[in-house]
Amino acid sequence: MSLGQILVKRIGYGLVLLVAVVVLNFTLITIAPGDVADSIAGDMGGADASVLAEIRTRYGLDQPFFVQLWRYVSSVAVLDLGYSYFYNAPVTELILQRLPATLLLVFSSQILAIALGTLLGVMAARRPNSFVNLCVTFLSLFGFAAPVFWTGILLIILFVSVYPIFPVGGMMSASLIEAGFFTQAVNIAYHLILPTVTLSSIYLALYSRLTRASMQEVLGSDYVRTARAKGLAENKVFYKHALKNSLGPLVTVAGLQFSAVMSGAVVVEAVFNWPGLGTLALQSILARDTPTIMGILFFSSLVVIVVNIITDLVLRTIDPRIKAD
Amino acid sequence: MTDIDPESVQDLHITSPWREMTTMFLRNYAAVAGLVLLLAIMAFVFIGPLIHPVDPFEMVWAPFTLPMQEGFVLGTDYLGRDILAAMMQGGQVSMAIGLAAALVSVIIGVSVGAFAGYYGGVIEEILMRFTEFFQVLPTLLFSMVIVALFGASLLTVTLAIGVVSWTAVARVTRSEFLRIREMEYVAAARSGSARDLYLIFKVILPNALPPIVVQANLMVGSAILFEAALSFLGLSDPNVMSWGQVIGSNRPYILDAGFAVAIPGFAIFLTVLAISLVGDGLNDALNPKLRQR
Repeated sequence: MSLGQILVKRIGYGLVLLVAVVVLNFTLITIAPGDVADSIAGDMGGADASVLAEIRTRYGLDQPFFVQLWRYVSSVAVLDLGYSYFYNAPVTELILQRLPATLLLVFSSQILAIALGTLLGVMAARRPNSFVNLCVTFLSLFGFAAPVFWTGILLIILFVSVYPIFPVGGMMSASLIEAGFFTQAVNIAYHLILPTVTLSSIYLALYSRLTRASMQEVLGSDYVRTARAKGLAENKVFYKHALKNSLGPLVTVAGLQFSAVMSGAVVVEAVFNWPGLGTLALQSILARDTPTIMGILFFSSLVVIVVNIITDLVLRTIDPRIKAD
Repeated sequence: MTDIDPESVQDLHITSPWREMTTMFLRNYAAVAGLVLLLAIMAFVFIGPLIHPVDPFEMVWAPFTLPMQEGFVLGTDYLGRDILAAMMQGGQVSMAIGLAAALVSVIIGVSVGAFAGYYGGVIEEILMRFTEFFQVLPTLLFSMVIVALFGASLLTVTLAIGVVSWTAVARVTRSEFLRIREMEYVAAARSGSARDLYLIFKVILPNALPPIVVQANLMVGSAILFEAALSFLGLSDPNVMSWGQVIGSNRPYILDAGFAVAIPGFAIFLTVLAISLVGDGLNDALNPKLRQR
C-alpha cells in the first residue's frame, strides 16, 4: 500500500471515530436529566407544561431519539454545532475563536517537552552515573506524581508573587489591542512561557525517561558497535546513529499521549486564565451551555484524531521498517 | 555417583512465591520508602482525625491565617476553616475515590481486555476499536461533561474517572491473555472440557494478574490526580470534604493565599509519589523477568 492509500484509509477510519464521538455526545445529552427546554424555561423564570411542550416541539425534542440523532449528526457533518444561548453566538464560531490559543499552548509545550526531553534522555544515557541521569530519575517521578495545577500554582507563587517577572495570566496585555503584529506576538510569547513550562513538565518527565530507556537499548545493538569500531566520533554515534533509531518510541508515545495533553491543557488554561478551549469548556459547563460543551468535545476529538494520523505518517517516514498493514 | 549429604537436603527448602516476592520488594529501597510514606499518609488521614477532632466545614478563625500561626498548623482557608482538619478528613475521601475509581477502571479494562484476548477474531477487533475510541476522547473533558450532565456527587465523579481511564488496563490484559491462551496448561484445561468463562476467569486471569496489579496500582495514583483536577475545576461534590475540594474552593484566591491550594496539592503529590514508588517495587517483585529487558 502506498502512503496515499494508507492516508485515505486512516482518514476514513478517523471519520468513523468522529461519528462515534458525535453519537456518544448526543446519547449522553439525551439520557442526562433535564433538557434544553428545561434550561430555557429556567432562564425565563419558570414555565408551565404547555409552554415547555411548545419549546420541545420547536426544537424537535418531541421527535423519536433516532430522528433527533440523525438531525444532530447531519448538522455536525456540515460543522453546524448549534447555537449557544449563553454566548449568543454559533458554537462553531466560538470554538474556532478559541482553538488557536489552545493549539498554541499544546504544541509549544509538546515541542519544548520533546526537544528538552530528548536532550536530557540522551545525556543521561550517555553518562549513567552523572548528575543528569539522577535528574531524569527525579524528574520522571515528579512529572507523574505532581498535579499539573499544583506545578502551575507553584510557578505563579514564585514568578508572579515573589519575583514578579511574568504576567499572572491571560494571553495578551489589554493595552496592546491596537498594537502592531510583532509587538503583539512578542507579548503573547511572554504570556505563553509559564503555561508552556507547566504543561510540558509532565511530558518532559515522560519523554526524557523514554529516550533514556530506548537509547540504552539501541546503544547495546550491533550496528552501534560497528559504528564505533569504524572509528566514528562519539557525538556522531550518539546523535546521528543511535538517536535516530530511538526516536520511534518517542513519536509513538507522543502521539498516544495527545488526548491526555489536551486534557492537561484544560487545567493549565484554568490556572493561567488562558483564553482557549479549556476555559471555554469550563465556562460553558458552569453555565450549563450544552451545545458548546458538545462542540468542544467534538473539536478536541477531531484534533486528537488528526494528530494521530500525522503521528502515524511521521512514524512511517522516520522508520521505513514499518510496513503498511 | 557422589553420596548425597543429608544436611544439604535439609537446607533445600522451597521458598513460597509470596516470600520470594516480599524479599524482592524489600530489596528495592525506593519501594520500601514509598511504602513507609504511604503508611504515614494513611496514619495521618485515618488516625489524625482522632487526635485533631475539628469539623473541616466549621469556621474556626479569621480567613487565610498563615500556617503555624494562631495555633493553626496548616492555616485556615478562605472561610476561616481549619486546613489541617480538612487535610485529614478530606484525605479519606480522596483515597476512597482513588481506590473506587481505579476499581471501576480495572473491572471494565479487565473484562474488555480478557474477552478480546481470549476470543480473538471479530470480538477482539470490535473490543479493541472500542478501546481506541475511548483513547481518542480527551479524558478530562469527557469526565467533566459526565459530571456536569449528571451532577457532581461522589458516585458520578468516581464513575466519570473510572469510565475514561480503563484503556491502559484493557491493553495490558489483552496482551497477557494473547500470550497465556497459547500455553499448554490452558490447552489441558480446555481438553478437560472447561467452559470459556471458567477458562477466562479461573485459568488464565490468575496467571495474567501480575502486570494487571501493577497497572491497577498506578491507576489509583492517576485517579487521585484526576479527582484533584476535577475538583480544581470546581466539579466535585460540594458537600464532601476532599483534598480536591480544598483546592477547588480556594482556587480564586491563589494570589492572596497560595498556601491553601499548595498544601493539598503537596499532599496529593506525596501520595501519588508513594503509590508510584510502591508500583515500581511491585513491578520488579511480580515480574522479575521483565526487569531484564
